[in-house]
Amino acid sequence: MVPLSWFIGLAVVLFMIGAAGVLTRKNIIIMLMSVELMLNSVNINLVAFGHYHGDLRGQIFAIFTITLAAAEVAVALGILISLVKQRRIFNSDELDSMKG
Amino acid sequence: MMIGINDILAILPELIVAGSVCVLLLVDFLIGKENKALMGYLSLAVIFAAAIATWSMTRSGSLPVDAFNGMISVDKIAVFFKVIFFIATALTIMLSLSYIKDKNINLGEYYALLLFSLTGMMITASSSDLLSIYLGIELMSLPIYALVGFRVRDGRANEGAMKYVILGAFSSAVMLFGISFIYGLTGTTEISGIAEALRSADAQPAALGIAIVMLVAGFGFKIAGVPFHMWAPDAYEAAPTPITAFMSVAAKTAAFVVFVRVFVDGFAPIVEQWQLILTVLAILSMLVGNTVAIAQTNIKRMLAYSSIGHGGYALLGIIAATPEGTSSVMFYLLVYAFMNLGIFGVIVMMNRDKSGGELITDYTGLAKKNGALALVMLIFLFSLAGIPPTAGFMGKFYVFMALINEGMVWLAVVAVIFSAVAAYFYIRVIMLMYMKEPEREFSYARPLSVLIVITISLIAVILLGVLPDRIIELAEKAVGIL
Repeated sequence: MVPLSWFIGLAVVLFMIGAAGVLTRKNIIIMLMSVELMLNSVNINLVAFGHYHGDLRGQIFAIFTITLAAAEVAVALGILISLVKQRRIFNSDELDSMKG
Repeated sequence: MMIGINDILAILPELIVAGSVCVLLLVDFLIGKENKALMGYLSLAVIFAAAIATWSMTRSGSLPVDAFNGMISVDKIAVFFKVIFFIATALTIMLSLSYIKDKNINLGEYYALLLFSLTGMMITASSSDLLSIYLGIELMSLPIYALVGFRVRDGRANEGAMKYVILGAFSSAVMLFGISFIYGLTGTTEISGIAEALRSADAQPAALGIAIVMLVAGFGFKIAGVPFHMWAPDAYEAAPTPITAFMSVAAKTAAFVVFVRVFVDGFAPIVEQWQLILTVLAILSMLVGNTVAIAQTNIKRMLAYSSIGHGGYALLGIIAATPEGTSSVMFYLLVYAFMNLGIFGVIVMMNRDKSGGELITDYTGLAKKNGALALVMLIFLFSLAGIPPTAGFMGKFYVFMALINEGMVWLAVVAVIFSAVAAYFYIRVIMLMYMKEPEREFSYARPLSVLIVITISLIAVILLGVLPDRIIELAEKAVGIL
């Protein structure tokens, strides 16, 4: 039996890696992948807690999170495609036409 | 567990909107490129039908209705907020009818996305579980990401939408991480169950504090509270003007429902823990929103910062953490919806200009050329600045009263000082309109639908400022004071 704290530890580490990825990487696709990492760490948390409490709520929540993560990425990639078509931009530091 | 007829009836308004959008998307194929306004009229009809369904629920006297095993709870607060969403979405659609034709983005999907977003807001308003709140918030946000980037030929629009969607996804991941810890610590995601668990626990673990900070970050992003506001000015500038109005009014209001549900209701037993965090968020929002707005040259960016500041004021009612505070927030957001939609209506009228009426200097000398339009703008600006006898003053007044009755006089004083700072940049626009000579000819778009929006907003701003009692009474009844 793996103790709960191991799962939480894994989730926290994964979340940190994801957050660091979003904040430090420039390529927009890598940033989106890092967001996926963060969302997956949430899923680990939810399923682990659900198992710990002995109810299904955590697993149900995780399924919804997976679905919404897919929807979110679909919208983000759609916007990225039109950005690339219009301005050939792949990196977040080129998004600098608006200031103030 | 079975889904019964009562569950279906409880979410009937949401089902009407969600179902009709799917039909509308099919109808869209049958409508020619020139007649897309028909989609707008049909959307208005859908909102009207949903409003009737909501209204009939309040008639039957059976509120609050609980459904889906505690996922959904339709109470009077939910109905009040839904009315704000209906008004905001309907007025946005009316602003859009001519605007999207002018900007060459006359597509049926525009209205469908707006209605999907409305569905998300309605679900958020009647949620009583973190899962349904999360689903509602995301269903609200995803169509708005697409709407911000709707002018695909405009590089600015794509850029604003990209920033918004990355930061939005990041913030919802942070929020979800907070939610997962709340679930772990309390063993439930139901709001009432969370309150119960927190009340019966004798010691609060440190992880709870971290979870609360993460929730504040996630929801604070949705209301564009400082320091989670970075996306707001860019997204507001990039979006089509009616969508800017929609985001600043409806999306913000929906996020405040979450604050009412999760913080005021769910976290009621640990009020000291979150009060301080939200106070910092509110003060920073008022400070940054109202001071950075002074430096703006683009009126949409200026209104973005003004909207950040208004988010700070509305948060004060949440910080009071009393039923009175909640009712003051509800009234404030209703008032804010009318005055902000009104001023964006004026901006939409100016969009025939080269710069699209987006620069503050575009309004130089407007009073000499079109006195009526300048007067209308003056009233909306006075209302945003909170000058009596407009509705903006009454809204601020009730929020500050709720704070003072809770003994947080110092916070009310700070807020009043910031609203004096805010008056400066609103009155600067008035000064440009009235004190300067016009440098050029103005050309306006004056479609009937935009004029109707401006008229409705104007009447509401004046009526709510002079006779707010009836609406205040409704809000107080909703939270159970009366």
